[in-house]
Amino acid sequence: MTDQTLERTGTATGERSMGMPRHHLVIFAGLLMFFLVAPFFLYPVFLMKVLCFALFACAFNLLLGYGGLLSFGHAAYFGGAAYVSAHAAKAWGVTPELSVLLGTGSAALLGLVIGLLAIRRQGIYFAMVTLAFAQMVFFFALQAPFTGGEDGIQAVPRNMLFGIFDIAQDRVFYFFVLAIVFGGLLILYRIIHSPFGQVLKAIRENEPRSISLGYQVNRYKLAVFVMSAALAGTAGATKALVFQLASLTDVHWTMSGEVVLMALIGGMHTVFGPIVGAAVIVTMQNYFAGFGAWVTVLQGTIFVIAVLLFREGVLGVIGRWLKKPM
Amino acid sequence: MKLKTLITATALGLIMAGPVMAIDVKIGVLNDRSGVYADLSGEGSVIAAQMAIEDFGAAEKGINVEIVSADHQNKPDVASTIARQWYDQDGVDAIFDVPTSSAALAVHEITREKDKIFINSGAAASEITGTQCSPNTVHWTYDTWALANGTGSAMVQTGADTWYFLTADYAFGHALERDTMAVVEAMGGEVLGTVRHPFPGQDFSSFLLQAQASGAKVIGLANAGGDTVNAIKQAAEFGITQGGQALAGLLIFITDVDALGLQTAQGLVLTESFYWDLNDETREWSARFQERRNAKPTMVQAGVYAGVLHYLKAIEATQSTDADTVMAEMKATPTSDPLFGEGEVRADGRKVHDMYLFRVKSPEESTGEWDYYELVATIPADSAFRPLADGGCELVQ
Amino acid sequence: MFELLGIAPQALFGQLLLGLINGSFYAMLSLGLAVIFGLLNIINFAHGAQYMAGAFVAWMLLTYLGIPYWGALVLSPLLVGAAGIVIERLMIARLYHLDHLYGLLLTFGLALIIQGLFRNSYGISGLPYTIPTEFQGGQNLGFMFLPNYRAWVVVASVIVCFGTWFMIEKTRLGAYLRAATENPTMVGAFGINVPRLITLTYGFGVALAAFAGVLAAPIYSVNPNMGADLIIVVFAVVVIGGMGSILGAILTGFGLGLIEGLTKVFYPEGSAVVIFVIMAIVLMVKPAGLFGRTA
Repeated sequence: MTDQTLERTGTATGERSMGMPRHHLVIFAGLLMFFLVAPFFLYPVFLMKVLCFALFACAFNLLLGYGGLLSFGHAAYFGGAAYVSAHAAKAWGVTPELSVLLGTGSAALLGLVIGLLAIRRQGIYFAMVTLAFAQMVFFFALQAPFTGGEDGIQAVPRNMLFGIFDIAQDRVFYFFVLAIVFGGLLILYRIIHSPFGQVLKAIRENEPRSISLGYQVNRYKLAVFVMSAALAGTAGATKALVFQLASLTDVHWTMSGEVVLMALIGGMHTVFGPIVGAAVIVTMQNYFAGFGAWVTVLQGTIFVIAVLLFREGVLGVIGRWLKKPM
Repeated sequence: MKLKTLITATALGLIMAGPVMAIDVKIGVLNDRSGVYADLSGEGSVIAAQMAIEDFGAAEKGINVEIVSADHQNKPDVASTIARQWYDQDGVDAIFDVPTSSAALAVHEITREKDKIFINSGAAASEITGTQCSPNTVHWTYDTWALANGTGSAMVQTGADTWYFLTADYAFGHALERDTMAVVEAMGGEVLGTVRHPFPGQDFSSFLLQAQASGAKVIGLANAGGDTVNAIKQAAEFGITQGGQALAGLLIFITDVDALGLQTAQGLVLTESFYWDLNDETREWSARFQERRNAKPTMVQAGVYAGVLHYLKAIEATQSTDADTVMAEMKATPTSDPLFGEGEVRADGRKVHDMYLFRVKSPEESTGEWDYYELVATIPADSAFRPLADGGCELVQ
Repeated sequence: MFELLGIAPQALFGQLLLGLINGSFYAMLSLGLAVIFGLLNIINFAHGAQYMAGAFVAWMLLTYLGIPYWGALVLSPLLVGAAGIVIERLMIARLYHLDHLYGLLLTFGLALIIQGLFRNSYGISGLPYTIPTEFQGGQNLGFMFLPNYRAWVVVASVIVCFGTWFMIEKTRLGAYLRAATENPTMVGAFGINVPRLITLTYGFGVALAAFAGVLAAPIYSVNPNMGADLIIVVFAVVVIGGMGSILGAILTGFGLGLIEGLTKVFYPEGSAVVIFVIMAIVLMVKPAGLFGRTA
């Protein structure tokens, strides 16, 4: 991503409160307000889908936008965690928060194994390697006994939260999802704006220089890979509970492509862009579902237009107008 | 509470008084409209549902039926999202069709949760009326057990008693293989081996050669859709059927035969529950269907027609769209329609009727378009489906 | 009778031969990717879609214009290659100054569009394309029945692969190409039109994919998704082989076809993943790939 000249997010000075620039605080608060009120007007299941994909896209973008690594296999962590969380909830009757944690943990582990091999290559090779490994995970999900093959894991129960609270109703469960997703987003925000995040950007901009400065570049890459995979897993694990289903769609490579698209159109060098991207894509899929394969064509077209004309993404452009990084 | 009783009482009074109140019913036809099963379900199923509403004369009987339809792309997640939205937001009372077992199971579970009605025609999974059976689902047209039973037992009876399975390596393929194997062995046949191919597969030549080398008289294709079509094509290419081995398609539809062409598909043995050329009634209905769809109906589309008809009859009889009431009526009343004849909906939700074993004609035998099947045997309703007690359904004591 | 691990040697030969046939497709596709990558430095994600388009164009030529297999074998690569040239001029050429990842993303989007359009028009049930009459039937080799058409596929792909290798490694045009790969500015200074060379190279790579598509049409049903899953396997083939040499791409393609063929005999369940497993091993031992230069 060398066309990106200046990364201003981390260096933004000016008014800050609670350690973040004021306009970021405003955005976070605005998002929270919106999502607190929205379920009373919009279909909660749809909103939960948007939230899960927003977290997924942001987790993915940690690796792409800040690590400079394009993974084409993030469906593996998203879907893998979905299977683990669904299986835990259904077969072991585990509570929802524990299901999500288990999903996150397994995605982190998977990320560690794949990451160790994948970071040996860079650029497009890295993309191809992650894609190929994700395809292995797909075949595993297709054939392993506990995943239910093509049926997936269905009728996943929404168990009692902490073993006591009944949150099975969509409107109640929504707030559980909201809490998880916002927790995840805050963690991502902290990672990006920590010294660790600064080193990542340095590596992305100039890897040899970072090495010469004494940074163990591969360790940083592996660490960010694992973090990204883990949070993608959180999103997938939550989604499995929302839809009470973990299926092959979650691990298929088209899912990996979709999340790239979300980050790209939202703005991959922005913190909040992928949220916008996720909302756009999910809404499009939801309301254009009747058009069948035209949705694929439309997604492809958006991809092409975004790459040719619109590489900063929606929030990248808005941020440039407002002279404030998003 | 008082008010509600009063209203119900008034309503009852009105019904008894003669002029029937209009009942609004919304049915959803959820199936594959763009993928491999689009031809055998798809828009054709919507047409079939429409024809059922017209033939039943719903409008004259004071029942306003509205149809919605959608494409589930054969994916369980898409199917469950649409079903949820239909029930939660759009006021759909019953969902029909839903091919692809995984998608059907998803709709099955959501229908149970939301207490609505699901009448499946397109899917094969016998779990729907077995271990996962639900008081809200009727499984109309066929299932893996019936296919395995029909094709397996009939072939062994004709002396084809050694089998080799070519199985798609996922849950559905395994189930089909398991069911057929049980039938073949129970009939005194022998299974010489199986080979699992990746799903979806493109190149079956290697597996076909292994099947050929086994010397089995029958190669059972425990797969579906594009996999089956490709396997049959490649079997013809490698001269397997010319070598004396028979292919048994365990899940194959008339549209697949149409796509393959008789030259390639000839001699194939398969089980279906409906064929347009069975009798005068099926011919008459299929001709009307063909006028609208420009193709003969499949058994799945026929099942949607018959299912909608039976559902509307139950609504007329009970004057209600309440799921429990309508379902009780559907199970209590024997079914009767021009396509499947007389039958019944069992306690576990399984609809039973005759099944038929067909052999695909050779190009010389065929007298015209869509003249594809020769009837080999009729499997009577009482032995065509899995016995009620064997399914492990909790609705059956 | 002598048996090896429970498999009769006859059957083994048969399976190796089938592996070689599949390997021909891997070889032709990874060769196309390697040629494009060599000069344009992008991974052509649309390669699978272009392979599919090749098969479809052959089907259309036959169905709408009555042009038989042999005509399609020439015309389809030309048409699809020409479409590739248009795409390169209109879109890909705008990305050369950017990170190569954008090329990957662009071609991914193109693949979605192409597949979506064909799915809309023809569904995904697959369309039949009959084997040309010259190649009906087959030979009984004693250990197996080899359909004539499959034998032709191996022959055709070996010819095309060798021809491409010869052109790039042994001819003057190839020398320009290789030079432009190393140092485009210098080659441009010698008065060679490098952008045109690049455009033609992309068109050639795409035509190779389309040629493979026409060859595949009579074997597999012509289907909008036929390239989508194949391309991921071919990516793995490319990672294993490394992008260093043309010969490497060809040899890896055939070799992995053979290995996959053997897996289908000894452990059929693993045949879908064996290539990915090999990729993981190669990455551990030789990160640059078997024939790759360390970049």
